[in-house]
Amino acid sequence: MTAPAVPSAPARAGRRLASVMDSKQLPVYVTATLFVLMFAGGASRYQNQNFLSGQVVANLFIDNSYLLVAAVGATFVMLSGGIDLSIGSVIGFTTMLTATLVQKDHWPLWLVAPLALAVGAAGGALMGYVIHEFEIQPFIVTLAGLFLFRGLCEVINKESIQITDHGVTRLALFQIPLPGGTFLSIGAVLSLAVLAVAVFSLHHTRFGRRVYALGGSEQSALLMGVPVGRTKIAVYTVSGLCSAFAGLLFTLYIQSGDPLHALGLELDAIAAVVIGGTLLTGGSGYVIGTLLGVLVLGLVKTMISFEGTLSSWWTKIATGVLLLAFILLQRVLGRRR
Amino acid sequence: MNSPSPSPSAPSRRPWSRESLFKAASHRLFWPAVMLVALMLVNLPSTPGYFSVGMRHGHLYGSLINILIFTSPHILVGVGLTLVIATAGIDLSVGAVAAIAGTAACWWVVRAPDQNAAATALAAAGIGLAAGLACGLWNGFFVARMGIQPIVATLTLMVAGRGVAQLIGNGQIITVNSSSYALIGGWWGPLPSGILIAAAVVAATILLTRRTALGLLIESVGGNAEAARLAGVRARRIKLIVYVFCGLCAAIAGLMLSSNTSSADANNSGLWYELDGILAVVLGGTSLSGGRFHLGGTVLGALVIGTLNNTLFALGVPAQSNLVFEGAVVIIVCLLQSPVFRARFVAWRRRIPVGVAAARAASAEPRAPRVTGDPSGPADVPGAPAAPTTTEVSG
Amino acid sequence: MASDTSQTTPVLQMSGIRKQFPAVLALDDVGFRLLPGEIHALLGENGAGKSTLIKIATGVYEADAGQIRLGGVPVRLDSPTAAQRAGISTVYQEVNLCPNLSVAENILLGREPVRAGRIRWRELRRQAAELVARFGLDIDVTEPLDRYPLAVQQLVAIVRAVAVDVKILILDEPTSSLDRDEVARLFDVMRRLRDHGVAICFVTHFLDQIYEVCDRMTVLRGGRVVGEHPVAELDQVGLVRLMIGKDLAALDELASHVREPSGDPLLAARGTGRRGAIEPFDLDVRPGEVVGLAGLLGSGRTELARLLFGADAADSGTVSVEGEPATLHSPTDAIERGIAFCSENRKTEGLIPELTIRENIILALQASRGWTRPIPPARRDALVAEYIKVLDIRPADPDVAAGSLSGGNQQKLLLARWLITRPRLLILDEPTRGIDVGAKAEIQKLVVSLSEEGMAMVFISAELEEVLRLSHTVGVLRDRRLIARLAGGPDLTSDRIMTTIAGEVAA
Repeated sequence: MTAPAVPSAPARAGRRLASVMDSKQLPVYVTATLFVLMFAGGASRYQNQNFLSGQVVANLFIDNSYLLVAAVGATFVMLSGGIDLSIGSVIGFTTMLTATLVQKDHWPLWLVAPLALAVGAAGGALMGYVIHEFEIQPFIVTLAGLFLFRGLCEVINKESIQITDHGVTRLALFQIPLPGGTFLSIGAVLSLAVLAVAVFSLHHTRFGRRVYALGGSEQSALLMGVPVGRTKIAVYTVSGLCSAFAGLLFTLYIQSGDPLHALGLELDAIAAVVIGGTLLTGGSGYVIGTLLGVLVLGLVKTMISFEGTLSSWWTKIATGVLLLAFILLQRVLGRRR
Repeated sequence: MNSPSPSPSAPSRRPWSRESLFKAASHRLFWPAVMLVALMLVNLPSTPGYFSVGMRHGHLYGSLINILIFTSPHILVGVGLTLVIATAGIDLSVGAVAAIAGTAACWWVVRAPDQNAAATALAAAGIGLAAGLACGLWNGFFVARMGIQPIVATLTLMVAGRGVAQLIGNGQIITVNSSSYALIGGWWGPLPSGILIAAAVVAATILLTRRTALGLLIESVGGNAEAARLAGVRARRIKLIVYVFCGLCAAIAGLMLSSNTSSADANNSGLWYELDGILAVVLGGTSLSGGRFHLGGTVLGALVIGTLNNTLFALGVPAQSNLVFEGAVVIIVCLLQSPVFRARFVAWRRRIPVGVAAARAASAEPRAPRVTGDPSGPADVPGAPAAPTTTEVSG
Repeated sequence: MASDTSQTTPVLQMSGIRKQFPAVLALDDVGFRLLPGEIHALLGENGAGKSTLIKIATGVYEADAGQIRLGGVPVRLDSPTAAQRAGISTVYQEVNLCPNLSVAENILLGREPVRAGRIRWRELRRQAAELVARFGLDIDVTEPLDRYPLAVQQLVAIVRAVAVDVKILILDEPTSSLDRDEVARLFDVMRRLRDHGVAICFVTHFLDQIYEVCDRMTVLRGGRVVGEHPVAELDQVGLVRLMIGKDLAALDELASHVREPSGDPLLAARGTGRRGAIEPFDLDVRPGEVVGLAGLLGSGRTELARLLFGADAADSGTVSVEGEPATLHSPTDAIERGIAFCSENRKTEGLIPELTIRENIILALQASRGWTRPIPPARRDALVAEYIKVLDIRPADPDVAAGSLSGGNQQKLLLARWLITRPRLLILDEPTRGIDVGAKAEIQKLVVSLSEEGMAMVFISAELEEVLRLSHTVGVLRDRRLIARLAGGPDLTSDRIMTTIAGEVAA
C-alpha cells in the first residue's frame, strides 16, 4: 500500500506559490495589484495634498463601510449563482425606517436596529423562497423586491428626515483611534467584523461550502445530497440581512433617511463583487476579493475628489469601465482553463 | 391535450358558454386586459369624465390622452426590449441609452448657429439616433461576438451610461430653446407626437418582424438556440440586430423625453425605464427565457403600467406607492407564469394533495442528469412546454 | 462466483419492471439481478431501455409496475436521495461533482469533519488523502477538481460514492472519454471494490471492456431482457447478435434498390477527423448513393456525420464537394453546399417546440435565404401543405405547436424541413428510432425513393437490418474509428457486419 498522498507542508506551500499564475486566486491578486498601482499613482500625483497618509486609507474604510457590508451579502448570493437587485432598495428602506422610528417616534436605537435587521432578513428569505419554490429567475424576483422595498420606503415617508437624535449623532462621530494618529469610525469597524464573519462562514463552515457547491453546479450539488432549497433561501436571507445592516451603517454615516438613498447601489455592490474576482456564474471567488473591489471603487471616488476638476459622474464611468475590464478578464482566464 | 396556442377555429354553441370563457381566460392577454379595464373602471367614480376626450386649443385632451402621452416612451422601450428578450437576452441599459441620446441631441442644438432651424432639429435627432445605434452595437458586440451574458454586458453600459451622458452635458442639465426641436416631442396637429411616434414604431416593428423572416429567426434563436444553429440560422447576426434595434428604440424614447421638456437631464431621463420595460414585456406574455414574442402584448403591458400609475395618482394615492403596486404586479404575473405555481394551484383548487416532486413532474422533467440519451423519455429541453399529457389549465 | 448464482441472495433484484412513456413502452417485464461481489455489465443500444432501467434503479423514475428488492427486502426508490440512502451509489457519465471545489471537498461534501461548526480542514484533507490512496491514486487532494482530467474526476466520483460503506455501485458509461491507461486504472479500482464485496453494475457499450473486467452481463433490446449470461459463456459475436439482431416487424414492406449509383463522388472526405470525437477517416458519397453507417452506440457514427455537416469543425483533413474543396465550419456552410442533417436528438437539436409545424418546416429554407428575403406566404403555405401531405404528418394542421407531436411525426417534420431545401446530400441520424412501426416503414420507403431520384444520403441506424436493406455501401465503425467500407449486395449480411464489428481485435 502506498503512503497517503498528502504532500508535506513546505512542499505544498512551494507548489502553491509556483502555481499562483494558474490559480483561482489570480483575480484577487490582480485586483490587489490594481489597488496598489492606483494608490501609488494617486500618491505621486497628489503629493502636495497629503494623499499618502494613513487617514486617506482609513477614510476608504469609513466612507465605504456600508458598501462593504452590502457587497459581502451580494457575494454570498453571487457565489451561489444568483443575483440580488434589491440591495439598494433595502438599504434605502432601512434608512427611512430607522430615521422615522428614531427621529419621529423616538424609539431607542437598540430596539430599532434589530427590527430593521429582521425586516431585511425576512424580505430576503421571502425572495429566496419564491425563487426556489416556484423556479422563477432570481433576476425578476429581486427586481420585484427592488420595487417593493423602494415603494415601501416612500410610503413610510416621502421626504427626507434628518436625524438629530443625540445618541445617533454621538455614535456617528465616534472615533476609534488607531496607531499612527489615524482613526476609524464605528461603522468601519463593524463592517470589518461582518467581513470576518463572512470569511469564516464561507471558508470554515459546511454552509459556506454548500454555497460554493451550489454555484459550481446546482445539479451536481442536488445529486450529492446538498440541501439546495435551504441553502438558496439562506443566501438570500443573508443578503437581505446584510443589506439591512448596510442600511443601518448608511444611516449612521449620513444621519438621515431619504427615499432616494442608495439608489442604484446594488450595481456598485455587484461591481465590487465582480471586480473582486467572483465569477458571475458563481462557484468561484473570495469574499476578501470583495473587500478589494470595494476599496478599488472607493479609491476611484477618492482620487476623483482629489483631482478636483473632475466631476463626480466620472465615478460611474470608471466603475463601468472597471466592471467591463474584469468581466473580459474573467472570460479570458476562464478560456485558458 | 390542449395545444399551447388557443385554436381560433373551435366552435362553441353559445358565445358565453363555459368552454369559450375558459378558452378566453387561458389566453395570455386575458389577465392584462382585465387589469386594464378594471383599472379604468376604478377611475370612474372619482373622475366621471374619465373616458371622455375633448379638444382644447386644437389639441386632444382627456385622461386617456394623458395616459397615452405618459406611456409612449415606455412603449418604445418595451418594443425594443421585446425583441431582445425573445432571443433569451436582456438589456438593462435602455434607460441610460435614452439619457445619452437626449443629451447628445441637446448638446448639438445648443451649439447650432440657429437653434430654431428645422435642420438643427433634424441633425440633433440624427445624432441622438446615432448615439443609440452606437450603444446598441456596443451591447450587441459583447453579447453576440464575445458571448458574454446579456445581464452583465448591458449592466456595464447601465452603470457607465449615465456617466457618459453627464460627460456630454458637462454635468449640467442642458436646456435648449428650440421651437423646432420641441416639435419632436410636441403636438402634431391634434395629437401629441409621442402617440404617433410610438404607433409608427410599433407598426414598423410589426412589419419588420412579420413581413420579413426576422421574427421567425428571432423566435427560433430564443426557442432553441442549438436547434436553430443546426438549421442554419445565423444566431450571432440575429442577436446583434436585436440589440442595435433596442438601442435605437431607447434613443427615440430619449429624444421624445428631452424634446418634451426642452432639456436633457442625464440623471433622471429614462429613470427606471428598463425595469418598467421588462415588466411590460413580461405582462404582455413574452417569456423571459426567450422564444415567442408578442409586440401587442408589450403595448398592452405598458398601457397597464401607465394606467396603473395614472389611476393611483388620480385616486390621491401618494405617488410613492406606485412602486409597491408595480412590485406586487411583477410578482403576481411571474407566479402566474411559473409552471410549478400553476400546477400546485390547480391541484389546490381540486384539493388534490400533491407533493413538490409531483408538481415539478407535472410541469417538467424531474431535475436529474441525463444518464444516456433516451429518446423515449419526456421532454428534457429546459424551458420547453409541458409534455402533451399534462392538461394545461390556468387558474 | 460465476456458475452457482442461484443460491446467493442478490443484493439488488428488479423484477417485472414496466415503464411506459407517451410514445413508447420503454421497459416490458424486465428483470435484473445484481449479486454481491461481482461486476455486472448492462448492455443495450439506445432505445433498448438500458438508461430507463438505470434511472429507475437510481430513483429518478418510478416504474409503472414491478418490484425492487435490496438484499431480499422490497423497497421504494422515489428519489435520487432515497436511492442513495438505500445504499445505491451512482457515478454518471457527466461526473456529477462540483468542479470548482477541491478533490477533498468533493469527496466529503456533506460529511466534512466539524468541531463546533468549524470545518477541520487538516482532518478533511487527511481523510480524503487516505481514501484516495486506498485506490492507488496519486493526486493532491487540495487541488480544485477541474484541474484534473475527466478520467481522474471520474475516479474521484467513485471514491466519493464508496466513501460511505456502499453495497451497490452503478457506473454509467464511465469509460466513454477515457484512454487506454485511464481505463486500466479504472478497472483496477473496480476489481478492488469487487473483491471487497461491492456489487458493481457497469453500463457500457465497449465490447472489449466487458470481456476484460466483467463477470456477468445482461442484454436489453426493445425494452426486454434478451439474455443474462456469465461473460465466459457468450462470445463477442454471439453478444453482438443478441444486441442488434433481427427485428422482423418492419422489414416486410421494404423496397429494394433498383439503380446502382455511379459517377464521381458528390462529397469526398479525406483524413477528416476531430480529436476526441472521431479518428481521421476517408469517405465518398456519390449522387444517388445511400451510405449506411453501422456500429454500436458510441462508435462515432454521429460524430462522423456532424463533421460532414459542419455541426462540429474538423481538426484535420479535407472535405470536397463536387470536386471542389469546401470548408465546413458551420451548418450554414454545409447548407449552402446542399448538405442537410437530421439530428438524432429530435428534441434538443431538432425541433423548436413552441413554434408551429409550419414554422419548424420552413425554418432551414428561410434561414438559408436570410432574414431579408422572406418566402412569400402563398408559396410557403403551399410548400408546407405539400410536405405535410406527402409525409403524412399528423395532425395535418400547420398551426399546431411542434412540441405536441408524437415522435414519429416529429421525425417526419424534421425530414420535411430538410427535404424542402432540396439538398444534394441528406444525412439522417437514427431517423427511425423510437417511432412506431408504420412511420418507420414510411421513412424507409422515402429513403429509397429519394435515392432513386438522385439524392445522396448517409443513413445511420442502430438496427442492422435496416441499414443493410437501405444502403448501397456500409461503413462500419467501432470505438471512434471507421474500420471498414463494405459494398452492399447479396453477400453483405448482418452476420458479416457483426463479425466485422466484433471481430476486429484492438491493435
